Amino acid sequence: MADHALDVRVAQDSPAPLRAAFTCDAGRVLALVGPAGSGKTRLLRCIAGLDRPQRGHIVCRGGTWLDTNQRISLPAQARRVGLVFQNYALFPHLSAEDNVMAAMTEVAPAERVRRARALLARVHLAGLNRRLPGDLSSAQRQRVAVARALARDPQVLLLDEPFAAVDRMARRTLHVELAEMRRHLDMPVVLATDDLDEAAMLADEICILHRGRTLQQGRPLHVMSRPASMQVARLVGVRNVHAARVVAHEAEFTIIDWEGTRLDAKGAPQFDVGKRIAWALPSDGVIVHRRDRPSRSEHENPLKGSVAQFLPLGAQAELVIHVNGRSEMALRTSMPLHVAARNRIAAGEEVGVSLLASSVHLMPWQEAGDGAATGRDHESTVPHPASSRTR
Amino acid sequence: MDWSALAVSLKLALWTAAILAPIGIIVGRVLAWRAFRGRTLVEALLALPLVLPATVLGYYMLAATGADSPVRAVTDSLLRKPLVFTFAGLLVASVVVNLPFAIQPMQRAFEAISMDVRDAAKCCGMRPWSIFTRIEFPLAWRGIASALVLTFAHTLAEFGVVLMVGGNIAGETRTASLAIYDRVQAFDDRAAGTMAATLLFTSLAAIIAVYVIRARPHVRR
Repeated sequence: MADHALDVRVAQDSPAPLRAAFTCDAGRVLALVGPAGSGKTRLLRCIAGLDRPQRGHIVCRGGTWLDTNQRISLPAQARRVGLVFQNYALFPHLSAEDNVMAAMTEVAPAERVRRARALLARVHLAGLNRRLPGDLSSAQRQRVAVARALARDPQVLLLDEPFAAVDRMARRTLHVELAEMRRHLDMPVVLATDDLDEAAMLADEICILHRGRTLQQGRPLHVMSRPASMQVARLVGVRNVHAARVVAHEAEFTIIDWEGTRLDAKGAPQFDVGKRIAWALPSDGVIVHRRDRPSRSEHENPLKGSVAQFLPLGAQAELVIHVNGRSEMALRTSMPLHVAARNRIAAGEEVGVSLLASSVHLMPWQEAGDGAATGRDHESTVPHPASSRTR
Repeated sequence: MDWSALAVSLKLALWTAAILAPIGIIVGRVLAWRAFRGRTLVEALLALPLVLPATVLGYYMLAATGADSPVRAVTDSLLRKPLVFTFAGLLVASVVVNLPFAIQPMQRAFEAISMDVRDAAKCCGMRPWSIFTRIEFPLAWRGIASALVLTFAHTLAEFGVVLMVGGNIAGETRTASLAIYDRVQAFDDRAAGTMAATLLFTSLAAIIAVYVIRARPHVRR
């Protein structure tokens, strides 16, 4: 087992189920991504020592913070954690500077003011150190919270939806600041967010969380293009997920049968011939042909269909294409409106599309129902994250 | 003007507030943040003096400290004199009557401190006593102070239980409110009026103090 700066495996059955396992290396940002109520905050609280799971193991920088088998559970005060709360949880009666100094319990009093001011300057709040939190904007409060979290020289930095309470313009600025700041951080950073785009932008790795269970951890683009299960595919917004059956394996491709249509997919020899599987394709894997240049390439899966829905959304158009005119063979994609206009693509029009074989990703079939098991996730035990880790 | 009665009233109010300060902080804090079995019953019992006639409370206190009562045996051995018709007995009754006036505002003050703020203090490495002194008390002190001022003012105004338990002994258990009653019975309107005005302005000052204390400067308007 590789040593990671942060290794988390926790489980509990009540009050809300939790089965999570993930790792994060020093200097890396891991985004815990999941919808509201998926358990992101609970996980961060477990790491911080604010909640105690029924079973689990948390190791940070070689130190065991939690080991329920050994009955080890360090209190929050004994874990060097920097936690930025979703609502920042600043001490309302203390100035920005005093808020930051409050976390310097182990720093000599004479040194605290200098360090607090340096931290506030680092988060672009120089000159506002005597302001009370109530006199700061939401973005400024977030910066104070980050400075306070860093003031303890934490071994891990936990960010609980730190951008949720700021407006869009401020959020963009804070994204840039975090991206800049993280280059100088040598501790693992765990970012909880429900915004997949934010996670992909800021994190080295993402870990998909749903109903308290971690489903897949890996590089953002990889998880989004190679989801481990149909559930992950849905959670990361893959819009084309269909059932098919494996027909054959040929070289680096796997041939599948989709409603009677043969498709080339990226090789997945782990699935036996004849097995029912699901295939997923990101919307950018659907190439709509130009009228004057239909695809003839091998492994591009050229198909014919009709545009069942054409919906302008800003400068883009959202398309639903029924392959061979069949509604159960719906492909979803989007394209710039001007491209659609140039190619005379509109509702009811016949179009040619290609599905890039290298983008067609095969997954285990999963019956409908959110609670169904997912490929390599955690049903009865909490496995090491390597078992659900993808690269 | 019965100065000794006013002195008894002030002494009783100060002692009541002093005793209820730690009780209110501890009980208010527990009720604000902890869930436990029987919590509703505890809250109901603590609120009972708000609706119960003071004479009922006084009656039960007299019954509890009656000649055959085990409570009396204990208090007699501790105080070496009966609890009823003494200042100590009056103080016990006053503390009981004022429990909701002290505890409820303090409970509300602690409830207003979010769990995240207390958790943030833990994540900052603060120990429990440090969290109380540096975070909780500075945030709750307005509620605590206003609770104590209310307790003080309410004790000054107490009549029924004082009469039942204290017995109206001059210099010992006769409070200002009892003295006013006595003066009215004796047709001494001038003395009654002076004492009534003194209590009126004292109570008004206390209520104004409560409103001033409750203004929260660190909340953005």
